[in-house]
Amino acid sequence: MLNIDSIANGIVIDHIKVGYGFKIFNYLGLDKADYRVALIMNVPSKKYGKKDLIKIENVMDLDLTMLGFIDPNITIAIIEDEKIKEKIHLSLPKKIENVIECKNPRCVTSIERNIVHKFVLVDEEKGIYKCEYCDHNYDGWEG
Amino acid sequence: MLKGRHLIEPEDFTKEELDEIFTLANSIIENQNMYLHSCDGKLLATLFYEPSTRTRFSFESAMLRLGGNVVGFSEPGSSSVMKGESIADTIRTVGSYTDIIAMRHPKEGAPKLASMYSPVPIINAGDGGHQHPTQTLTDLLTIQNIKGNFSNLTIGLCGDLKFGRTVHSLIKALSRYENNSFILISPQELRIPPYIKNVLDDKNIKYIEVEKLEDVIGDLDILYMTRVQKERFFNEADYIRLKDSYILDSEKMKLAKEDLTVLHPLPRVNEISYEVDNDPRACYFRQVKFGMYVRMALILKLLGVE
Repeated sequence: MLNIDSIANGIVIDHIKVGYGFKIFNYLGLDKADYRVALIMNVPSKKYGKKDLIKIENVMDLDLTMLGFIDPNITIAIIEDEKIKEKIHLSLPKKIENVIECKNPRCVTSIERNIVHKFVLVDEEKGIYKCEYCDHNYDGWEG
Repeated sequence: MLKGRHLIEPEDFTKEELDEIFTLANSIIENQNMYLHSCDGKLLATLFYEPSTRTRFSFESAMLRLGGNVVGFSEPGSSSVMKGESIADTIRTVGSYTDIIAMRHPKEGAPKLASMYSPVPIINAGDGGHQHPTQTLTDLLTIQNIKGNFSNLTIGLCGDLKFGRTVHSLIKALSRYENNSFILISPQELRIPPYIKNVLDDKNIKYIEVEKLEDVIGDLDILYMTRVQKERFFNEADYIRLKDSYILDSEKMKLAKEDLTVLHPLPRVNEISYEVDNDPRACYFRQVKFGMYVRMALILKLLGVE
């Protein structure tokens, strides 16, 4: 068993879908962190069989909308004095802005400058979003 | 209340709101003189980022017949767009001069974007292959006037059902009314997209997909024709095998009901033979006129003038 120290103050991002830990690590810019960070992949999980996990020994703002969009099953634990102060369960956001861009080459977002890229959730089960301008479906984060 | 609203897609309005527009359009048809000065002092902007003589003339005729005036451009080359102005900036500017804007754009979602910045109502006059709501209003007003209502109809849609935006909008619009069924006539390659089938499935609406018009024309109350382009076929052999199935001629009209209504969003190329024009069941030129009346009613409603 791989042992990673518990953290005194910081954030634990848990229940990350296998393979998404590295994407979230990059998205949060943790490769440039000057504090202790652990990315653990393929951790045994009762619920999912396997999961990824990130421990961050630092207090930082997280974009929960974006994280929920990347993986709605994530849980986030805020640690203070080695205790869990708060546990946040994420879900797919109903609306997202400037998180993804429409892939439809005929969409107005492909030509208009400074446009806000807006998507609305149309199928929660399958995680499908629709571009608010051209109605084109967007299924899945590929970040 | 339709005053100040935008029309971006047909579903923006409820059935009741559509009825309001059709009632007003019918009143205009009955007594045009009553509306000659309804829009005195009002200005319509027609912003056509791609050419469309028919739709632009329809909007401009509608406004002029209401006593209003029109400004605009019919291609972006003659506008500030060539200087690289954004849609948002163009709309904020034009919206400061005019009372209502009809906009056609090759990019899908452009009128939706415009509606987010416009101080005045935006009417989508067609955005790429996406939406063309005033064509749907035109089709519905035509059907109401000729058939008397929108229910208990067997509607055949023939031709390019995959890329034909007017077909998608019309199916969605007619699926809101009771006891309609659809016969979808197209080559395999140009069948209706899954999202439209989902709309029909969700509402338990009957529909069948067939390849040949002559096999089903006798069952139809309405036949909505669209153009089938050769380049949409995957192979030449299929095109040759099926092309005549999508051309409506006198021979096929002999198989149809006496009260069939033939519609077409126009312009046609060769999908309806000229010999059919003299058949009383050919209603596509009447449909054009209904298009102007429904746009007159729409302009009045969105401006809140009656």
